[in-house]
Amino acid sequence: MVDVKLRGLVKRFGKTVALRGIDLDIRDGEFIVLLGPSGCGKTTTLRIIAGLEKPDEGRVLFGEKDVTYLPPKDRNVSMVFQSYAVWPHMKVRDNIAFPLKIRGVPQEEIDKRVKWAAELLQIDELLDRYPHQLSGGQRQRVAVARAIVIEPDVLLMDEPLSNLDALLRVKMRSELKKLQRRIGVTTIYVTHDQVEAMTMGDRIAVMNAGKIQQVGTPEEIYLKPANTFVAGFVGSPQMNFFDATVRLDGEKLLDAGEFTISLSDDLAAALKDYNNKTVIVGIRPEYMYPRELAPKNMVGPMIKGVIDFVEALGSDTIIHLKVGNKHLVIKLSGSHHYRIGEELVVVFSLDKLHIFDKNTGRAII
Amino acid sequence: MSTPGETPPIRYYLLRILFAGIVVLSCTWVLLPIIISILYAFSTPQDFYSPKMIIPLHYTLSNIQKLLALGAAKATMNSIIVAVMTVIFSFALGLPAGYAFARFAFKGKDSLKLLIIGLRMFPMLVIAVPLVTLYIRLGLNDTLLGVALAHTTMALPFVILITSSIFVSVPIELEEAGYVFGLDRKQTFLRITLPLALPGLTAAAIFTFIMSWNEVFMAAVLTLTNRTLPAFILTSAMAAPDIIKFAASFIMILPALIFVFIARKYLISMWGITVK
Amino acid sequence: MPSKKQGYSLVERYLPYLLIAPALGYLLFFIGYPLTQGVLLAFTDQNGHFTLQHVYYLLYSPSSNFWPALEDTLALAAVIIPIQIMLALGFSLMLSANFKGKDMALYILIIPLTISDVAGGLIWYSLLTANGFFNKLFMALGIINQPIQFFGYQFRPMEFIAIVLAEVWRATALVFVIIFAGLQMISKEYIEAAEVFGAGTWTKLRHIIFPMLKPSVQTALLIRTLFAFQVFGVVMVLAGRDIPVLAGEAYYEQTVLYHYGVAALYALIIAAISVVIGYIYIRMFKAQYLREVTM
Ligand SMILES: Nc1ncnc2c1ncn2[C@@H]1O[C@H](COP(=O)(O)OP(=O)(O)O)[C@@H](O)[C@H]1O
Ligand SMILES: [Mg+2]
Repeated sequence: MVDVKLRGLVKRFGKTVALRGIDLDIRDGEFIVLLGPSGCGKTTTLRIIAGLEKPDEGRVLFGEKDVTYLPPKDRNVSMVFQSYAVWPHMKVRDNIAFPLKIRGVPQEEIDKRVKWAAELLQIDELLDRYPHQLSGGQRQRVAVARAIVIEPDVLLMDEPLSNLDALLRVKMRSELKKLQRRIGVTTIYVTHDQVEAMTMGDRIAVMNAGKIQQVGTPEEIYLKPANTFVAGFVGSPQMNFFDATVRLDGEKLLDAGEFTISLSDDLAAALKDYNNKTVIVGIRPEYMYPRELAPKNMVGPMIKGVIDFVEALGSDTIIHLKVGNKHLVIKLSGSHHYRIGEELVVVFSLDKLHIFDKNTGRAII
Repeated sequence: MSTPGETPPIRYYLLRILFAGIVVLSCTWVLLPIIISILYAFSTPQDFYSPKMIIPLHYTLSNIQKLLALGAAKATMNSIIVAVMTVIFSFALGLPAGYAFARFAFKGKDSLKLLIIGLRMFPMLVIAVPLVTLYIRLGLNDTLLGVALAHTTMALPFVILITSSIFVSVPIELEEAGYVFGLDRKQTFLRITLPLALPGLTAAAIFTFIMSWNEVFMAAVLTLTNRTLPAFILTSAMAAPDIIKFAASFIMILPALIFVFIARKYLISMWGITVK
Repeated sequence: MPSKKQGYSLVERYLPYLLIAPALGYLLFFIGYPLTQGVLLAFTDQNGHFTLQHVYYLLYSPSSNFWPALEDTLALAAVIIPIQIMLALGFSLMLSANFKGKDMALYILIIPLTISDVAGGLIWYSLLTANGFFNKLFMALGIINQPIQFFGYQFRPMEFIAIVLAEVWRATALVFVIIFAGLQMISKEYIEAAEVFGAGTWTKLRHIIFPMLKPSVQTALLIRTLFAFQVFGVVMVLAGRDIPVLAGEAYYEQTVLYHYGVAALYALIIAAISVVIGYIYIRMFKAQYLREVTM
């Protein structure tokens, strides 16, 4: 088991630049998730770590060892492919045993380890079947068993759950996480599904357009998004964004046109360089409340608007509010009755506010 | 980016050079014989018969002209006529069948398709020998039509299978959209399916043309005076001087070289499909 | 089945059969009639009486070349096919790598696909004849003093080699295309998975690629074997009857000796061999995972 360091990885495919300088430190035994929209370079990063692809620039270190140009076979890594890549011409048993055979492990030991892995993933009944006799979920388990049977230094998983149905996906999430805890292997897990990332990762690296946007624990990513991309990508429904001008000369406030938000002294201090400039303000839908439902002791800015549309999801109610030309989304837990066209006053707490630099997208607070 | 740890090892470059060498060698293996035979086809006799001239330096059209005068002009014309007739016949018969296999579910479809695949494998040249007696009776012996009919037998299973797979690749939703907007089956086929399938069909037609153009056994058995080009080469040109033979091989491969270039995209998938 | 459902006109119901009937009728006539006629020719005399005289001639007459033809046809197949399979595998693996000019290389390798056996024979004749490219080249390089003779009855082994070269050159493209198509169908991830789990080049070939290519190789093998029994043009061009082959003998008996019955017998034998090979193929090779691999 090792820690993995990525240093300035750049990868081009012809004219497209898949990676534009990836730096990442992955700790020994950690479960890290690479999260990002499709096409942002997650798979490419994973393949470079595996040795299936060579970077145009930058280095990959396993511990202190530079493995950038080592072929996969000399890295002691394992991988669960998105398509599983369970070899169709081998029985399940031979699929799982294959990595051990290559390493010249004695037959007795192979049998023991295959049995161990198969039992761990509850596929010991299926060992003598061919892959085409298995369901998608079973094939996925075989792929995982094959990946852990050799005790790799690094375990790589590329959207391993994306081909499963919704129920099985939820079940496998916790199983994979438990499995990783149990064997303690450094794991790099790629997904575009933020729920998967939030529930499974010790830390999450959010990627976009070939760059890492932010690395942190799920809480950090959710509570302190480093820029508008992370803020918008993580959380559902998406964070509300609107432009506002900072006014610090008279009354200290954010002027959004349709409404204003009075600033506390702390916030005003943080924004002192932005006087009379436009910033992007963000507030998550789940932190806005209709006045009558707000927590008792909550004080904060209020915004008045007209209900445009209501999505009743049963467990949640999502209200779309029109405030002049602006559009706000509010998420309430539980079922509530609101009518379209009704007026509504929402309230939120100032400390849930996110403010981003309009030019760079970076979080100011 | 130039510290030693960051550059790939020497071995990596050696392997790449070795690999490039193998690629070049493979291409040479295919191209060299074609190039040499074409150069020789246009070589003056002096250059060809001179032991010193590995590559001829003086070129002439006289080999081709002599060959054409020997009867190759007529044979070439015959070959073109036979090949065109073969394309027309085999598509007239095969295209509807291919469409039926692609678009209908009907009883016996699988067995019929298997039968066609089997016939694709059947050594069609064997029908030429007994056909002669029939052709003599029908007055088809030594006629271009007779050869074209035999070539159609050879090409038909291929045309059925290939057109069927081409039609399958046209999304059925596009046809259904045609029906919904008021076209009947025939109009839909003519206005929607056919235009979409056209590039593939063209490639298939080219391939059929080449099949007939190249066929020698049936043509040689079924004709006496109305030889197609390969039959002519086999029976008459073999007695001619060597450079005349090279001229003959040049005329034989010319359409093939042109067509492989035009239809190159389809060649691989076509074989992939028809052999399955 | 023409469905019994209401609302379909008679034509609609029988449409697929109507579309297929002409082609099928044509094929059945143009194959069925000659085969029947062939049997008649092979087993009757001028008066239409049953006879085995053609069979006796074929098998025992000193002027019949049947046994040498069978032998040489098989010998050619036995030498040519393994070389072609190996070469085609090599080309396929080569082109499964990514490199600049890969498409170009691919097009070049499939050029022979459209070249006829007659032209292929002539092309190699231009390379191998006494004044041909290789003789001149090797003499210029001082490797040989005398041209190496490839053609003429007294050089039959050399003629055999010339045929092998020409056929390997021309018809490997077909084998290549089949195997390459098969290789393309193997998902790259299967091979990468092997790499990740520690397989070197040889292990990858031996345990992943070759087993998964088996169906394609078998198909190529079948098609090449069937074609091998029809070999004709290239042999006629390079060796005439010096190296007799089955199709060549059929041609000779038919057009030179006018032994229609014997020629028909040859045709039937080639047809029978093909059918038997096809049948064996279908019975023997039905890999369990075929469905999966070709998905
Ligand atoms: N082999 C390749 N050839 C060309 N472009 C590629 C290749 N692999 C990936 N790309 C491009 O690189 C970018 C990143 O791809 P990828 O790493 O697969 O994204 P992700 O896994 O995050 O969806 C995409 O724009 C993709 O089109
Ligand atoms: Mg991906």
